[in-house]
Amino acid sequence: MPLMEALEKMRHGRLVPFDVPGHKHGKGNPQLTEFLGERCLSVDVNSMKPLDNLCHPTSVIKEAEELAAEAFGAAYAFFMVGGTTSAVQAMILASVQRGEEIILPRNVHQSVINALVLCGATPVYINPQMDKKLGIALGMSVDEVKTTMEAHPRAKAILVNNPTYYGICSDIKQITRIAHEKGLRVLADEAHGTHFYFGKDMPLSAMAAGADLAAVSMHKSGGSLTQSALLLCGGGVNPNDVRKIINLTQTTSGSYLLLSSLDISRRNLALWGMETFEKVKKFAGYAREEINAIGDYYAYANDLINGNSVFDFDTTKLSVNTLGLGLAGIEVYDLLRDEYDIQIEFGDLGNILAYISVGDKNKNIERLISALGEIRRIYKKESKAALDLAYITPTVVISPQEAFYGEKVSLPLAECEGRVCAEFVMCYPPGIPLLAPGERMNTQNIAYIQYAKEKGCVLTGPESMDISRLNVWKGEENG
Amino acid sequence: MDDLWYSEYHTPNVKFSLKVSTQLHHEVSEYQKISVFDSPEFGRFLTLDGIMMLTQRDEFIYHEMMTHPAMAVNPEAKKVLVIGAGDGGVLRELGKYSGIEKIDVVEIDERVVGVCKEFLPQTACGFDDPRVALHFQDGLKFVRHTEQTYDLIIVDSTDPFGPGEVLFTKEFYGNCYRALSEKGILINQHESPFYQEDAKAMKSAHKRISHVFPISFVYQAHIPTYPSGHWLFGLASKTLYPLEDTGAEKWNALGIKTKYYNTELHHGAFALPTYVKELLSDE
Repeated sequence: MPLMEALEKMRHGRLVPFDVPGHKHGKGNPQLTEFLGERCLSVDVNSMKPLDNLCHPTSVIKEAEELAAEAFGAAYAFFMVGGTTSAVQAMILASVQRGEEIILPRNVHQSVINALVLCGATPVYINPQMDKKLGIALGMSVDEVKTTMEAHPRAKAILVNNPTYYGICSDIKQITRIAHEKGLRVLADEAHGTHFYFGKDMPLSAMAAGADLAAVSMHKSGGSLTQSALLLCGGGVNPNDVRKIINLTQTTSGSYLLLSSLDISRRNLALWGMETFEKVKKFAGYAREEINAIGDYYAYANDLINGNSVFDFDTTKLSVNTLGLGLAGIEVYDLLRDEYDIQIEFGDLGNILAYISVGDKNKNIERLISALGEIRRIYKKESKAALDLAYITPTVVISPQEAFYGEKVSLPLAECEGRVCAEFVMCYPPGIPLLAPGERMNTQNIAYIQYAKEKGCVLTGPESMDISRLNVWKGEENG
Repeated sequence: MDDLWYSEYHTPNVKFSLKVSTQLHHEVSEYQKISVFDSPEFGRFLTLDGIMMLTQRDEFIYHEMMTHPAMAVNPEAKKVLVIGAGDGGVLRELGKYSGIEKIDVVEIDERVVGVCKEFLPQTACGFDDPRVALHFQDGLKFVRHTEQTYDLIIVDSTDPFGPGEVLFTKEFYGNCYRALSEKGILINQHESPFYQEDAKAMKSAHKRISHVFPISFVYQAHIPTYPSGHWLFGLASKTLYPLEDTGAEKWNALGIKTKYYNTELHHGAFALPTYVKELLSDE
């Protein structure tokens, strides 16, 4: 662990700090030191010769990045300190620019469309098949990918969720093959896929599939600190080009707490990743079986696999559909927290997701299962939620950048039909856009926003905090 | 001469110590550290993760108070579920009732039973009763799965920090409610009201039970080796009240032999000190 070792060495060297940070190994901020611990503050230092420099690594950071690349089977790996968001944005900014097109599934993370606001490229959405019963977006079918590529010869890249928040994988190997034949770059959002690189019998990882770039949330299943991530490069990408893009927006004071957590977690994964994720899979499998035995809940996994829009499933995920109870996922999510002191990852309109990891214990899994049983006993409604969660095909009129920076006017939500939206509307979690800048709104969009608001989802994005109004593009008014 | 003492921190600032004559056993099971000591004053005693569970000298108080108050409220109880109770003390007390037909015991740690059978026959004799069926399982999982209906559920748990934690949750109490008959009663050890940390656990347990059961009361006993010596128990039920529905004559007619419990004490036990009443009503 080159980075951890360099930090240890620095600490033992009792270096006299006349550089930033000003807390000087914590001594200048006793309250913070007391709260976070002296060891933690003693390695919160700035880049210096023995510790290398994240913007231009030549020694220990470079070594640590090379070790990470080896562990993940990548040609190069960048340590990222701005969240997986920064990795997603860097891979998009490194691959498409203004006037070019990028093919995306609609259920991308908001960071993807944010990147398009920055670079000016136009999204071409692939309809992710919807599972009507579950109300979730699935993966991209290979046929749909082919058709879209043929219809959009100007597209320079395609982005693949590997997997989605719910654990669903597209056929990334086939998609990569087709994309490469047509000269498109393949970018993978692996925010939820770190374990694919280490577990046994896991869905295929992006690097193994031959993808060009992959954004990996090490802090999710990989065990590193929040906000640390990896950007992996395949063999066909020049890492120096990517580094230039990363340095456009990355801090010049990369946190050594985050960097060392990446280094240490990489080693843990390489040594014990396989057994760790076997355990996680066992936990999730057991919970699924027990939750399905309760009745009315549907904890899904491999049974969704259809060889197409659900090519594979990540069985470490515990996604549970709640509509059989007559309750929205978000309602079950709230009940678990408010009544049973159990915090899960998210609840959407029809599903909940409990994040299972190596940190879990049998007794906590038992608590979750039992609490779900109790919620059914006490809160079940006879009327099944009659929610038609149809896929709303986005109509992209202008690029997100043009809409975002264009002249706009604020309208009450109900009057927005037919107008081009100039801002994001996100349903959080899972942080996937209902509307992105540049899209024409219809009655379906508006009804969905109203429904999500009623059910207590947190809607974010617009200037108007309660989403009673939206900014729309003014550009069409005279035309 | 050896000067061996067993000590337990009742709070970070209060230490409780017993002179130890010899350590009889120590092992680390899948769930916890199990030790048995012998002492001049309290006889043999069992500790789990360094916390006193029972001593030969005063265990009768705890085990009688976990059992007889509920049996006096509903002497007709036939099917009983006991969760925890790896030492067998509650089973020994239940064994005194000829009307009981079945006693299911769910203990997560098989080794606790093994150690008690070897070193603490005074309580482990409870396992010899032919009505007792032992299940080595997670207590929450057992009640969640059970299709049985019980007249009495006794939760003889460790503290709510450690393996016993799940037995203090709302989901556990809710599953108990589901598994109880119309006249069913839930008894649980309720920690102590005296020291702040214990009192917090006591309050939250009571609050959760009150949300699940329409009737829920707290009663007390005096147990020398537990923190502060003042210990609480919870009695929750669907329809029966602990005082109004107690048939003292009926219970006395059973001729059950006890050392601590009697039907006058039953009434007194539910009369709580003012500060405890305030703690319980303060939500």
